[in-house]
Amino acid sequence: MEIFWYIVLMSMLAIYVVLDGYDFGAGIVHLFFAKKEKDKKAITNAIGPFWDANEVWLIASGGVLFFAFPTLYASSFSGFYLPLIMILWLLIFRAIGLELRGQIHHRLWETVWDKAFGIASFLLALFFGIALGNVVRGVNLGMVENGVSAHEAHYFFLPLWNPTFSPTAAHLGIIDWFTILLGLVGVVTLTIHGANWIIYKTNSDLNDKLRTVIFRLNFVLLALVILSLVVWHVIAPKPFLNFIETPWLWIFPILTLIGLVGLFWVKAFKKDGIGFIFSSLFILGGFASTAASIFPKLLPSTNSINPSLTVYNVAADEYGLSVGINWFIIAFILLIAYVFIQYRVFKGKMDDIGYGEH
Amino acid sequence: MEDMLFYDRMQFAFTITFHYLFPQLTMGLSLIIVYFKWKFLRTQVGHYNDAAKFWMRIFALNFAMGVVTGIPMEFQFGTNWAKFSELTGGIIGQTLAMEGMFSFFLESSFLGLFLFGEKLLGHKLHFVTGFLVFLGSWASGFLIIATHSWMQHPVGYEILSNGKFVLNNFTALFSNPWLLPSYLHNQLASLVTASFVMASIGAFYILNNRHSSFGKLFVKTGVVFGLVSSVLVAFPTGDWAAKNVVEHQPVTFAAMEGLFETQDGGSEIVLIGQPNVVDKKLDNKIAVPNILSFLTYKKWDAEVKGLNEFEPENYPTNIPGLYYAYHIMVGLGTLFIALMAAGAIQLWRKKLYATKWILWSLLFFLPFPYIANTTGWYTAELGRQPWLVYNLLRTSEGISPTVSSGNTLFTLLGFIGLYLLLGMLFLILVGKIINKGPVTTEA
Repeated sequence: MEIFWYIVLMSMLAIYVVLDGYDFGAGIVHLFFAKKEKDKKAITNAIGPFWDANEVWLIASGGVLFFAFPTLYASSFSGFYLPLIMILWLLIFRAIGLELRGQIHHRLWETVWDKAFGIASFLLALFFGIALGNVVRGVNLGMVENGVSAHEAHYFFLPLWNPTFSPTAAHLGIIDWFTILLGLVGVVTLTIHGANWIIYKTNSDLNDKLRTVIFRLNFVLLALVILSLVVWHVIAPKPFLNFIETPWLWIFPILTLIGLVGLFWVKAFKKDGIGFIFSSLFILGGFASTAASIFPKLLPSTNSINPSLTVYNVAADEYGLSVGINWFIIAFILLIAYVFIQYRVFKGKMDDIGYGEH
Repeated sequence: MEDMLFYDRMQFAFTITFHYLFPQLTMGLSLIIVYFKWKFLRTQVGHYNDAAKFWMRIFALNFAMGVVTGIPMEFQFGTNWAKFSELTGGIIGQTLAMEGMFSFFLESSFLGLFLFGEKLLGHKLHFVTGFLVFLGSWASGFLIIATHSWMQHPVGYEILSNGKFVLNNFTALFSNPWLLPSYLHNQLASLVTASFVMASIGAFYILNNRHSSFGKLFVKTGVVFGLVSSVLVAFPTGDWAAKNVVEHQPVTFAAMEGLFETQDGGSEIVLIGQPNVVDKKLDNKIAVPNILSFLTYKKWDAEVKGLNEFEPENYPTNIPGLYYAYHIMVGLGTLFIALMAAGAIQLWRKKLYATKWILWSLLFFLPFPYIANTTGWYTAELGRQPWLVYNLLRTSEGISPTVSSGNTLFTLLGFIGLYLLLGMLFLILVGKIINKGPVTTEA
């Protein structure tokens, strides 16, 4: 039963990263590459009717986490207190940037909200990468000091950084050189992903330039991924153990590789949606590979006294989890229907269907 | 530890108070917009569709504010109330996860279609998307109040030896006797807010001699919806909700009514007075004998238990705050019925649009339903103290064990600053929409 909800939660989070990922990426492209008003308009129209529903995947994932793994929810949300609240603030800024920009036609007003949207998107991509890094690296559960737990075994608290920015120091911080590295992977990945979405959903003049951007950034991404894999060994012992024991899991790293390598042909794709498929593959594969690498752990412990939080020791009780399956299946079928309707109505290029024109 | 609890409570109270300024309008307003769209479909009179379009702009802005201020609520269960989440997550996580899966996806998927899809969809389908947005927001309210009801009156649970609450009866969460009265009371209160806002803006247009034909429609609709909802929010739903408190939280009821001592031969109802917790009495009291006994038990001399019958450690932690919140809500609720009844009489006599004092009153009543809704929720929440889960888990036992008060104060200050900005932006933009007013589409 725990495993069912683990798969549900991980799938929902993966879908969230792919969906909200493209609108974060669109925000980063908006910040760095869109100079003309026309280009900016094209970008915001490309995510206009979707971004709000994309964000609901985060809220719903949070709900499922709360319901199925309450101990993990309590431990990680209080332990990562400051960065989570800051993510909230950024999400708010980003949302009002998108929604309020068009309300008043004044150059300064528009500039302010453009920047709010772009900068918040950039920082969120960075933060989500850093968050992934923290989960891989693990935390000092129970806040052990000299062999003694200062708190209950599953609670911890991390400051934003420690003075050494080292992922192997005795006192960890949210931001260290390893998590920053994964943060950069997040930014580059989502920039490529967002650019692919813009190419897919618009006829913008920007598209040709974006293909070049994707091509070049893909080299950066390849370098970052190799570097992360190398230092991963320093941080987490035996990261490939699960893959050796359960060989079918190799499908995830292979998907990641296909997504990454495929994007080098971005300029040759005949259809505008193909690039988006490849970057989605890269994200889904990478997310699944990371989860598979630490399974059954959900949040590793960096000390030897308190055990890691795993699928088995943070789950809710059996009755609650099994009764939840009933409503979840109904809700999920409805959800598929909504997504289908939504993407059906707004299918094709946004400029072709005249979205955003008044 | 003490100031930690204080900052956690302040942050939750501040963010939820600010958040609920928006859903209380959008839940009620979505119903009235659906009504306008329905009238338009039936009569084909474009005026109704134009009215719906105007209110959709206000709805969209409020909805966006509700969404962005709502996300921090879900996060705070984990960030600030980790112990509570850990112990009860198997139960309240159930209803909160359902809210995400059933309501938020429904609302967010169809809101975009509703706001921008009128041309794309045609009028009938557009009406359907509006109805689905209404359904999503009311389902959201239902699941939140199911969660709230479990905290007020826990059902269907057992407590394990490690202190964890586990669910043993899923349907009990929805047949909880606390749920239906609270839900109906709350949704009608939301309709009161929407009616007053509509009537207020309508009165503004009439008094201003601008958009008068729309102004009349808004005032008329606001007064009719407002009278019905103002009456129903008091009787029977408010009465039902209060009877739940009498039965399950008698000490809270005593504090709400400012009843320090049990009174022989029936209890008086206090209209005005200031609770003096030190001397255990009300200062400057104006009260009517025996009414409270009658309202509570339908017998003039029934005994209503005073605070003296309970252990002080189980008293609500803020007795004066609870007493004021309750009395402000009830007092305003009474005024709402009076004003809307006067409006309805003049409407029936076809003199409403010329009755200046009613129009002016409607205009200036705009903030009061917001205050009544807020104080109503304060009554429920302060009334539950000192418990998170009534009689089972104290509020002080629910906070995050590792987060320091310095961190919580930092984020509380951040929220205050951010929400101040949001509030100002909201007022500017809603002012702009109202100033521009409804637009008549050429048929």
